[in-house]
Amino acid sequence: MKNMPISAIIGLFFTGLYFLMAIFAPLIAPYGMSEVVGDVWEPASDQFILGTDNIGRDLLTRMIYGGQTTIFIATMATILSFVTGSVLGFFAAVSGGWVDQAMSRFVDLIMSIPSLIFALVVLSVMPTTVTILIVLMGLLDSTRVYRLARAVAVDITVMDYVEAARLRGEKVVWVIFREILPNALSPLVAEMGLRFIFMVLFISTLSFLGLGVQPPQADWGGIVKENKEGINYGIAAALYPAFAIATLCISINLVADWILNRTTSLKGGRG
Amino acid sequence: MSDKLLKVRNLKIGATVYPPGEKPKEIEIVHGVDFELEGGKVLGLIGESGAGKSTIGLATMAYGRGGVELTGGEVWVNGRDILKSRMRDVRRLRGGEVTYVSQSAAASFNPAKKIMEQVTEAAILQKKFSKKEAEARAVELFRKLGLPDPENIGSRYPHQVSGGQLQRCMTALALCPEPDLVVFDEPTTALDVTTQIDVLAAIKEAIHATGVAALYITHDLAVVAQVSDHIMVLKMGEMVEYGTTDQIINNPREEYTQALVSVRSIRHEEKQPTDNPLLRVENVTARYRGTDFDVLKNVNVELHPGQTLAVVGESGSGKSTLARVITGLLPPSKGQITFDGRSLSQDLKSRSYEDLRELQMIYQMADTAMNPRQTVGTIIGRPLEFYFGLKGKEKQRRIQELLDEIELGTGFQDRYPAELSGGQKQRVCIARALAAKPKLIICDEVTSALDPLVADGILKLLLNLQKIEDVAYLFITHDLATVKAIADSIAVMYQGQVVRYGTKSEVLSPPFDDYTDLLLSSVPEMKLGWLEETLEHRRMESAGH
Repeated sequence: MKNMPISAIIGLFFTGLYFLMAIFAPLIAPYGMSEVVGDVWEPASDQFILGTDNIGRDLLTRMIYGGQTTIFIATMATILSFVTGSVLGFFAAVSGGWVDQAMSRFVDLIMSIPSLIFALVVLSVMPTTVTILIVLMGLLDSTRVYRLARAVAVDITVMDYVEAARLRGEKVVWVIFREILPNALSPLVAEMGLRFIFMVLFISTLSFLGLGVQPPQADWGGIVKENKEGINYGIAAALYPAFAIATLCISINLVADWILNRTTSLKGGRG
Repeated sequence: MSDKLLKVRNLKIGATVYPPGEKPKEIEIVHGVDFELEGGKVLGLIGESGAGKSTIGLATMAYGRGGVELTGGEVWVNGRDILKSRMRDVRRLRGGEVTYVSQSAAASFNPAKKIMEQVTEAAILQKKFSKKEAEARAVELFRKLGLPDPENIGSRYPHQVSGGQLQRCMTALALCPEPDLVVFDEPTTALDVTTQIDVLAAIKEAIHATGVAALYITHDLAVVAQVSDHIMVLKMGEMVEYGTTDQIINNPREEYTQALVSVRSIRHEEKQPTDNPLLRVENVTARYRGTDFDVLKNVNVELHPGQTLAVVGESGSGKSTLARVITGLLPPSKGQITFDGRSLSQDLKSRSYEDLRELQMIYQMADTAMNPRQTVGTIIGRPLEFYFGLKGKEKQRRIQELLDEIELGTGFQDRYPAELSGGQKQRVCIARALAAKPKLIICDEVTSALDPLVADGILKLLLNLQKIEDVAYLFITHDLATVKAIADSIAVMYQGQVVRYGTKSEVLSPPFDDYTDLLLSSVPEMKLGWLEETLEHRRMESAGH
């Protein structure tokens, strides 16, 4: 921890800040989430630090609650996609043969459909709840993680120590979690930061298109959508969530870079 | 300056290391080395890995590989201090006055260009010869180096010639621009022993014919004794001893040199076969999936309890495949394997715990045979847990016992493989195999990646453990010296077949079949003039036939 580079400290600080704001949203937010407290698009003032939105709700409050929704959905979906993607990817690499072929070709099939279009089709027939969104985004994204996990694991399964484990008679579970996972962790962690960012962008896109988080619940993509007309009148309300998305993405990337540097050490990642 | 071709004064070489979690550090890897070389002479640089021999070799071209920096001292070539020269002069030196032959010709040639183009490139670039002259010279060199079809071999691509031929092509490449000095960096190490002798002879012949001076870098004292006039012994970046070849081989002064010269002096009483073999391989034929030829053809061998069977052969002879068949990684297409009186299932998946436990394996590369993210304690402890259900204190006690057996002692349990030396890693792999209390351990080239002195230690340990644990070894190797040291019986393999099989004394005493004779006579011996004697002997034989 002592030798943390400055970029990692900055990244960790802002990531931490966003996550804390998300967790303690009800305590921090000055007003209720969907409470109308002023006029339409009021400018920033002591009362409303960021001004008000298109129907007179406090924009800072919306931003804080929106962050909570966006970060929660992105986090859950990332976890889901990593657990399914990497376990299936490792399994395919360890099994080899037709199992690997069948799984990989199925994943290719899913990946050949643009994920946004796939999501729009599914969401047009399914109810748009947070759970559905998380599962849908997680599973769609797990195909990317599967690809990476399999590619990394294929290189590891041919190592002598995996062969030694097999000669010992170890079961697939041990091989995956004790021999392969620790050695595949660093590329996966780096990818995790990146995938989380894609999740934030994905959920924001869906909300912007009106198929994501439903009003009156706030999320960053939704706030952009609600306030996009304001840009024509020189109102900056739609830019705040855009700025929030950008800074969150950059901060997480800085942290992921640092973790990657630490775990690529051959001393067991203790750095 | 003087008439000396090469003069190295107090050469210091440093590098930057990046220990994880710490600030980058400057370390010194060569601590002030001095030597001189006259024109037309050959100096052998010898030492273990990490001794700095290659680094010194490259320094004569004013080059530091990777993060290596030439931090101090002087290197005079033809009366110029090249470390202080301008880049333009250094460029004229490299590939003009000093050239380089690397260990792996296969990795050093550009696979997309024809051999002739690469061999003549430096000479043409340095404006020493016109394209025509350079090509004529290359053909001349190909002929001197004994390459087949010297007129046309240059128009082939690197993958179209064999490894030994490619190494000779690289020697031609180095000699083509008429350099004053050639640096040979382990030119025969990656070759099979029967190929090595030809390449060695060709290199020696070419050095004589062209009158060039050479630095010959190797870890094999027996090889360097054949080609060099003087030898410098290096250890950890410092000179240990410098002398004529005759003095170093026959009358070494320093303790370290004596150890290097007397390496491989292990002797071992041969045990007689018993009535009940532990392992019986009968008529085994095997091929890899998707190929159409048999890698193993009708192999029959036996191994007796507590004894060592050495399987010897060149690369591609099928010896490692035999190990894969016995372990069940590659089911044979024909034949049967009997282990301890019971028939072994061909497939790994259908073998019982007992079968798996009693048959362990040790690999060539200890680096890749251990999970880099597990501690030594976990690596050795897992078989104990897995086969015997040992836990907690009981397990810790047994791990320590095993560590004592492999002569490592306390304090190693919590280390990661990256924190061990090469020899220590191989010892941990041996402990992992022993932890299962096996009856048979397959050792696949376990000493070939190690320095001679370290390898010696491992062999002694293995012999010692055999006495204590009464375990049998199936010892796969290409190194006949190792075989002589530890085997009870020997199987010589050639192109997937066992061409000679029997007890050690039977196999190693005449009359020999042609292949075994070739193999045995190709192993370099640590005496002067061995190369000439052997080649002369061969010429006489082929003339007599």
